[in-house]
Amino acid sequence: MAFLGIDGLKARYGAHVVLDDISLNIDKGEIVSLIGPSGSGKSSLLRALVGLLPTEEGQVRVESETIDYRDKNAVRRLRDKLAIVFQQYNLFQNMDVLRNVMLAPLKVKHWPQEECRREAEMLLEKVGLGSKLHAYPDELSGGQQQRVALARALALRPQILLLDEVTSALDPELVNEVLDSVRLLARDGMTMIIVSHEMAFVREVSSRVAMMASGRIIEVGAPDDIFLNPQHERARDFVGKILHR
Amino acid sequence: MNYTLQFGQVIDRLPYLAGGAWLSLLLATLAFFGGMVLGVFGAMAKLWGGRVLGGIANAYVVFFTNTPALVQVYFLYFALPSFGIILPPFEAVLIGLTLNSGAYMTEIQRAGFLSIHRNEIEAAETIGLSPLQTVWYVIVPHIVRTLYPALSNQYILLTLGTSMAAIFGVEELTGRALSLNAETFRSIEIFTITAALYMVVTFVANALLVFVGRYYFRARMRLL
Amino acid sequence: MHSSLSQLSRFLSYYNLEFLLQAALTTLLLSLSGCVIGFVLGFAIAVLRQTQGWLLLPLRIVAVFFVEIFRRIPFLVTLFLVFYACQVLELDVSVFVVAVISTCIIGAAFLSEVVRTGFDSISRQEREAAQAMNFSLAQVLIFIVIPQAWKVILPPTFAFFLSFIKDSALASQLGVVELTYSAKVMNNKGFSPELGFGAALVLYFIISYPLARLGQYMEKRLGISRHRRT
Repeated sequence: MAFLGIDGLKARYGAHVVLDDISLNIDKGEIVSLIGPSGSGKSSLLRALVGLLPTEEGQVRVESETIDYRDKNAVRRLRDKLAIVFQQYNLFQNMDVLRNVMLAPLKVKHWPQEECRREAEMLLEKVGLGSKLHAYPDELSGGQQQRVALARALALRPQILLLDEVTSALDPELVNEVLDSVRLLARDGMTMIIVSHEMAFVREVSSRVAMMASGRIIEVGAPDDIFLNPQHERARDFVGKILHR
Repeated sequence: MNYTLQFGQVIDRLPYLAGGAWLSLLLATLAFFGGMVLGVFGAMAKLWGGRVLGGIANAYVVFFTNTPALVQVYFLYFALPSFGIILPPFEAVLIGLTLNSGAYMTEIQRAGFLSIHRNEIEAAETIGLSPLQTVWYVIVPHIVRTLYPALSNQYILLTLGTSMAAIFGVEELTGRALSLNAETFRSIEIFTITAALYMVVTFVANALLVFVGRYYFRARMRLL
Repeated sequence: MHSSLSQLSRFLSYYNLEFLLQAALTTLLLSLSGCVIGFVLGFAIAVLRQTQGWLLLPLRIVAVFFVEIFRRIPFLVTLFLVFYACQVLELDVSVFVVAVISTCIIGAAFLSEVVRTGFDSISRQEREAAQAMNFSLAQVLIFIVIPQAWKVILPPTFAFFLSFIKDSALASQLGVVELTYSAKVMNNKGFSPELGFGAALVLYFIISYPLARLGQYMEKRLGISRHRRT
């Protein structure tokens, strides 16, 4: 029984088909990376999963519960289990780092204040920002902000973490600090869906790689299979382009 | 409620009301262009006129933007005769609105002048344009494009502002509504239709301004 | 002109000055009440327009019509509409109340747009991140949007209040004893118009100018603190 099952998800934006019958099963502890050209629907898939993109058809199964996106309560329960980190970090500008991480557990989950604080401090320590608890987002570098975003996502104790091109907006020298944090999480066994352009990282950390194009998954397999021996023509095309520096 | 709505009587007089709308637009347009001229001179005075001229322009702006247009017109209409100047209603309102608009325009135009970057003028010089050509082909289009939203807004405000002319007996839209009201006493019907007419007028004016702005001046404006 | 000067001492009698000042107070009261109540209503409308369910859709539609209509009608017409509506509905209210109601309506219409713009100025992405964490609309507004948006909302709101002090002059046409009306009374009493309307102009100026400077100061301070962290 898959931990997360996506069945025939379809979404469109006006006349443009964004997701075209996406089906994918992910086991607990797996790290599945989505690669593909821009506009292929990778970010859209993550957004659709977490309910930010309206879907026309299709369902999602999490831990044997089936979620219909039209049922608001079901979506709420789904969001309890999924957490997403965005390309632009999207931190709340009007509060410090600690409160950014603590706010959701405190106000949405209504967990006790002391517990939220301790956990937030621990998570920030884990991503290497223990000394910046009371800094404001605009005082931090992009890499630091993204790590705060990671801590914020983890504070809700999600089952599955969705990472939407988390390094794409960063200056090159800041990318590694974020990837290090992600590696930590991978070692801890967190189930993740990663959308990324960092191909070396994808190869290193993924259990499986799915290639998307035009809103479809055109090939799924082990990293080496996809990168060294792609079957589908478009996959070959893409891999050829990205590896031919 | 002892009142039955009878729109029939008012609908019959729709052309009469619409004629008033026309006058409102005329008044607004005249005041707009008059105000714009005043605004350009005022802005130039404030920016480059030295202490005296700048001071006068500033006093003009400060005074006219901190007092109501209605009272300004009352003053022109009732107080000027003491000094020998007797203005008929339409002219009094026109001059009042022009002076009032001119004050706001001064600030708008000042922003427009300040938005010119030295680079543009230098670039024009290096291409070999004469000062006059620079003004006509570079500076004016730039200013119009930058100020277009503010100017359009001012125009719409003026269109609504002309309704005060009714108080002085001018037969623009509101004025005619009041006349009609005195005739037929169908107050609610009259004023709802008048309101609707104002909305039509402002919508049409706005749409025209947006399209002219987009096509002729490539100004960035939203329709709604 | 000569007659004005000779009238001056009579004009500046205690009784007249008291009358004028009370009228000025009425002007202020009218503007203030309309703008404060109008802001509360406008804020409510803006929040209403943020909701997304089917349940509130009819209310949202009414709100949009309300805002778009009353932003495009002259204040004078609104005053007359409210006046005659009260007559028709057999509401026995004073003209002052009619003016206050009109002010509230206009205020609500304009200020709801100011609030809406303020809400929109907060990056959509912050709100999406909050949504994905299951924050309710109220929580998003209270914890994230409003703490940031108020700086964008306050200056235009104050500017509206200021411009309304001037627009309130139109209420004189209804018979509300505010500053402009009092000037007309002075005129009718036989004082020369330049004294009556001149006094009104001076008083409006005294009320408006300091507030305008305050507004400029506020805008600068809020603008700086908004851009401080970049």
